[in-house]
Amino acid sequence: MIKKRERDDKKQWYIYPANLRTKTLVIIILSAIVIITIFVSGYFIRDIPTSFKSANQMPSLEHLFGTDWMGRDMFQRTIAGLGLSIMVGFIASVISTFISIILGLFSSFNKVADEVVAAIIDLFGSIPHILLIILVSIMFGGGVIGVIMGVGLTHWTPLARVLRSEVKEIKTKEYIHLAENLGKSKVWVATKHILPLIISQIIVGVILMFPHAIMHEAAITFLGFGLPPHEPAIGVILAESMHYLSSGYWWLAFYPGMALLIVVLLFDLIGENVEKLLNPETAQE
Amino acid sequence: MNKQKLIKFFGFKFIRFIILIIAVAIFSFILLDLSPIDPVNAYLNGAAVSEAQRQILQQYFGTNVPMQTKIYHWLLDLLQGNLGTSLIYRAPVIDVILDKFSASIVLMAISWLLSGILGFALGVVAGKNKGSWIDKAVKVYCYAIQSAPSFWVGMLILMVFAVYLGWFPVGFGVPIGVKSTDATFMEWASRLVLPTLTLSLVGLAPIAMYTRNELVQVLSSDYVLFAKSRGEKGWDLIKNHGLRNILLPAITLQFLSFSELFGGAVMVEQVFTYPGIGQTAVAAGLQSDVPLFLGIVIFSAIFVFVGNLLADISYYLIDPRIKESEFND
Repeated sequence: MIKKRERDDKKQWYIYPANLRTKTLVIIILSAIVIITIFVSGYFIRDIPTSFKSANQMPSLEHLFGTDWMGRDMFQRTIAGLGLSIMVGFIASVISTFISIILGLFSSFNKVADEVVAAIIDLFGSIPHILLIILVSIMFGGGVIGVIMGVGLTHWTPLARVLRSEVKEIKTKEYIHLAENLGKSKVWVATKHILPLIISQIIVGVILMFPHAIMHEAAITFLGFGLPPHEPAIGVILAESMHYLSSGYWWLAFYPGMALLIVVLLFDLIGENVEKLLNPETAQE
Repeated sequence: MNKQKLIKFFGFKFIRFIILIIAVAIFSFILLDLSPIDPVNAYLNGAAVSEAQRQILQQYFGTNVPMQTKIYHWLLDLLQGNLGTSLIYRAPVIDVILDKFSASIVLMAISWLLSGILGFALGVVAGKNKGSWIDKAVKVYCYAIQSAPSFWVGMLILMVFAVYLGWFPVGFGVPIGVKSTDATFMEWASRLVLPTLTLSLVGLAPIAMYTRNELVQVLSSDYVLFAKSRGEKGWDLIKNHGLRNILLPAITLQFLSFSELFGGAVMVEQVFTYPGIGQTAVAAGLQSDVPLFLGIVIFSAIFVFVGNLLADISYYLIDPRIKESEFND
């Protein structure tokens, strides 16, 4: 008698037998923990001790990212800057999400409203993004408020575009016509019938908005708009390190930028995996 | 494609262009008018003047007139091609912009071409060898570069090539102490290399990813399977069935990236202190030079519109499939 093969050859080998859903969840939770750790520790780093004795040191075990010209530990400054960036990115994403939800729902009212929303999206898309952010931040008089509003009021266009096309599709459904014929108001239809259906798009849109917001925040502070030079924002740190490039202090620029890149990648990772979970086509794999 | 349709297409685009520029002009003007920038203070730049002189200046700049009148005058001047006088350069805005834009156009055009060609080539190579180490390397590179701030990439390149290897000068459009008109071609070109390299390396990621994904999709289609069964293989297969399908959408995508190209140029010019439109925009924004900044916003909007128009042309007028379907209407 031939012994039945116990193992299925088609199956790949894992350390721990997990399906896609578990793996996705693990990735999301791990990335979220890293980001929250950075944010919380960035919040608690307030005064970084200066010591001119240990100025401009190479990265070592004592100072992971080296020290700057005032002898401040670059690792602490980077974490503090990332915390600030994440906070600005968070507030800006919330603002942007609200704008895109309101515009998306408003586009469901009638044809004119839809055209108006499309025109506003076109207007915002016709100016290069970085100039638009500068424009809005100048309008709010610069400073932290200027940066937050500049980033927040300009990042809603991709999400609003997605929501508008979703709303257009939902509008052709029969229950919408039925509700309208029953005399329900447009606001009632928008909030009760349309909003619940686009929630998953909104969640994914918000998470994918985050990395863009953080990158633009770094860019705009690097250019010198907004945050004052003593604030340890990533853009400020990088702008400062520009002065020391010719002296060969490469660690001042390399590590903070690398840290920013990792945070942005983590957000992208979370966004993609959340999308996988929420998208019914891939959720059951 | 008949003539009438062409005229209709371009007429429609032209009207759209006019409306868009007017909207951008009004929108940006309102935003800057609401800002706490006081034109009189920006003009005086901290100089001490008496109250009477200040009032004369206020009269001259028209700070006390209602907003509708201001917008009306601004549009009227814009129609006549008068964008005002720059406060930093003390020269007509239009001259400053044309001068700086021409320096940036060289930078942007070269990096646009390079990123398009390199990105397409990398995408084709990655898509053809799906799953191999080349594919993985291209994918990792694209993900990383899309998540990296472009100015940071510029700083790394500056560190490696200008500071460590010393192959290129650290910055500025021409050597210090030389007038920009007197600089030799080599002096000028050597300062263009690193910014162009940065912009190209950053810009090739989206086009490479797009080309790769499209090629993978095309290669898994039925007609490619049929072509394979007929005995076509290797490069000929890609050339005959892959490239024809993906080249045109890729070009369209590349035209649509004008907005990002401009944004990248702003950051990169700042890092390399290249005297282009981006650096001028940042200087105008930081030193509250409102007329110059408004002018740059409008010119950048025109720039982006031209990119979108070229994308539309390549999409509607060149693509044989869409041309045919319009013909059958």
